[in-house]
Amino acid sequence: MCIAVPGKIVEINGDTAKVDIMNNICEANIKLVDAKIGDYILIHAGFALEVMKKDMAQEVLSIFEELEEDGNENPRTGKG
Amino acid sequence: MKIDMAYGSGGRQTSDLIHEVFLKNFDNKILCKMEDAAVLQVNPKIAYTTDSFVVTPMFFKGGDIGKVAVCGTVNDLLVMGAMPKYLTAGFIIEEGVEIDTIDRIAKSMSLAAKEAKVRIVAGDTKVIEGKGGVYINTSGIGEIRRAGVSISNCRLGDVILLSGNLGEHHASIMSHRMGIENSIQSDCAPLRSIVKNLMENNIKIHCMRDVTRGGLATVLSEAAASSSCAIEIYEKSLPISDQVRGFCDILGLDPLYMANEGKLIAAVPKDQAGKALALMRRSKYGENAQVIGKIKEGSGVTMITSLNGSRIIDILYGEGLPRIC
Amino acid sequence: MKTLELVKDELKNYNGRKIKIMEVCGTHTSSIFKNGIRSLISPQIQLISGPGCPVCVTPPAYIDKLVEYAVREKTCVLTFGDMMKVKGSRYSLTQAKAEGGNVKILYSPLSAVKMALEDKNTEFIFAAVGFETTTPIYALMMEEILKNGIKNLKLLTSIKIILPALSYLCETKENIDAFLCPGHVSVVTGCSVYKGMAEKYHKPFVVAGFEGEHILAAVDEIIHQIKKNRYYMKNLYTSSVTEEGNRKAAAITDKFFEGIDEYWRGIGIIRNSGLKLKDVYQEYDAGSRILDYTENVPKGCKCKEVILGRINPGDCPLFKTVCTPLNAVGPCMVSAEGACGIWYKNREVRP
Repeated sequence: MCIAVPGKIVEINGDTAKVDIMNNICEANIKLVDAKIGDYILIHAGFALEVMKKDMAQEVLSIFEELEEDGNENPRTGKG
Repeated sequence: MKIDMAYGSGGRQTSDLIHEVFLKNFDNKILCKMEDAAVLQVNPKIAYTTDSFVVTPMFFKGGDIGKVAVCGTVNDLLVMGAMPKYLTAGFIIEEGVEIDTIDRIAKSMSLAAKEAKVRIVAGDTKVIEGKGGVYINTSGIGEIRRAGVSISNCRLGDVILLSGNLGEHHASIMSHRMGIENSIQSDCAPLRSIVKNLMENNIKIHCMRDVTRGGLATVLSEAAASSSCAIEIYEKSLPISDQVRGFCDILGLDPLYMANEGKLIAAVPKDQAGKALALMRRSKYGENAQVIGKIKEGSGVTMITSLNGSRIIDILYGEGLPRIC
Repeated sequence: MKTLELVKDELKNYNGRKIKIMEVCGTHTSSIFKNGIRSLISPQIQLISGPGCPVCVTPPAYIDKLVEYAVREKTCVLTFGDMMKVKGSRYSLTQAKAEGGNVKILYSPLSAVKMALEDKNTEFIFAAVGFETTTPIYALMMEEILKNGIKNLKLLTSIKIILPALSYLCETKENIDAFLCPGHVSVVTGCSVYKGMAEKYHKPFVVAGFEGEHILAAVDEIIHQIKKNRYYMKNLYTSSVTEEGNRKAAAITDKFFEGIDEYWRGIGIIRNSGLKLKDVYQEYDAGSRILDYTENVPKGCKCKEVILGRINPGDCPLFKTVCTPLNAVGPCMVSAEGACGIWYKNREVRP
């Protein structure tokens, strides 16, 4: 229901930050977060919703590592 | 100096506008005769088309309404296997436009025409009430060099080539409107070199289409329907710049549905795919060309996604608007 | 620890009992289609779309009100692109614009503040729709309005809260086995809000992002929980979603908005599932509360069942025959994110 996109803060002027989204520079209001230059923020409708803990690409790469194996049914590991 | 209603009167000011702007920029023997109609020598079989152009803003990165008006019609002729020869240009100008603006547009048309090797041989100007808009109609005649190139002529086993990156015209215009800074330039360009190189090197082109409004998805859907076949494309092979991708992410747009002004697709026999791709990449505006898919039995367009899933691609419904949801 | 290939393999070859997973958020629905997720999983795993598309659940009376403002003298309606195509009882905003109505599409509510400051002779009406994600932004917009003493910008609100709707879906005994929780709502609310629900309703609640990989991982996690018969909240969107969410966002929302019973198009009223501007700020409201929500459900339209996940769009008798994207009968066909609209465009993928 809500599109949001990660971008890197390159400049801050008060509540407004210049954000780089794959070489597109747009302004985002950062009043809802504690952000500094260099941080990645998640932007929705021109506002930062959160400072991201890690890069989205990184998360996508490591996401399957977070999943538990099914355990006993899976003979390939033999453990839960 | 601004255009006012007197410039559309047919009298002195109209004549000044024609001489000082249009004849100066479009300078050629046929036009300069100032007859009621241009008299042209052409080969027996011609392609003939017309298109009208409305762009806001009128000037954008990579082009302007004049360049688009020339390239749009030129490309429509080229993808029919025709070499563009002559254009006509009709202007509808709203009062309040600076004459310098019209001059800039005419200059840009002249440059694009030179590059596409066409002459603008007839024209018309009307002035209407309004708020400073300019609308251009161009018609074009091209000599058919290869008969039978048609949207309904895709054949089983053909591969589909795309001449370059998707979405750049749309993204450039939208960036301007939405206040997003980037270096995305409109891809607006005449595709003469690509088409000429393919034809002169005996590539058996079955179908060509320029990829404009409605985007790649719409053009492929039309080709599949007209040729009664299915088309399969591969997401991983689609040339899209990271910057356009980022731009699309921001506004929730899909590059498959975004307008281009200097791209074409071509369906060619599989055994010529490598040669055709190499030719395209050597041509002006074809350096990012890719083989993006193939013609199969069935109907509709399917895309094999990056994750190896399959997705049906349909034509664009309504207008592609920026979304937050 | 798993890999993408292993997960794809497991999901493709799953042959346990039939499982119905509701993706609550329309952006998930869209991503599922864009990535061809359905073609990658067993037909025993059914993905159904939930009520998380603002366009689909916004009542026609709301659109009618916007249309009314759009054609009014010296008035301009400001909206996100999403709402342009949605039909009210007679017109959409796109049609109102064609009739000479003044409608402008915005990306950010901040531009609305700027426009109101620059053109004091026009009354601007902002179409404030959305869920938990967008509400704090409207609150910040209110702050700007107050700070700048703006009198010519008002909000017409239709703001929904998704959590009560999820409880409603669980309470009404719809046979949904698991929820793919909305990623960006969760950024604001935090993922701990689903913990109690997972326990109470005995279902997996998995929070995920919007890449194809996120969705595959979430489906795999759900299957895993069901196999183990252990149900809990799992957060797979750790880059952006925290336990407690964005507190600042919650605080500013509370400052300007308060809960109301809200009407969901196709469903009806769900208790405490919406927000309105507090009474002290009513002068900035464009009449959101006086709307009469009675809607004439078009004959044969099964949008309610679709939104509740009871049926698939293809099961509606109007689907594709009478109801198409160019002649949308129900709300689910109107939106690019609506279940029916998405199914129509992707109709041959799988019934």
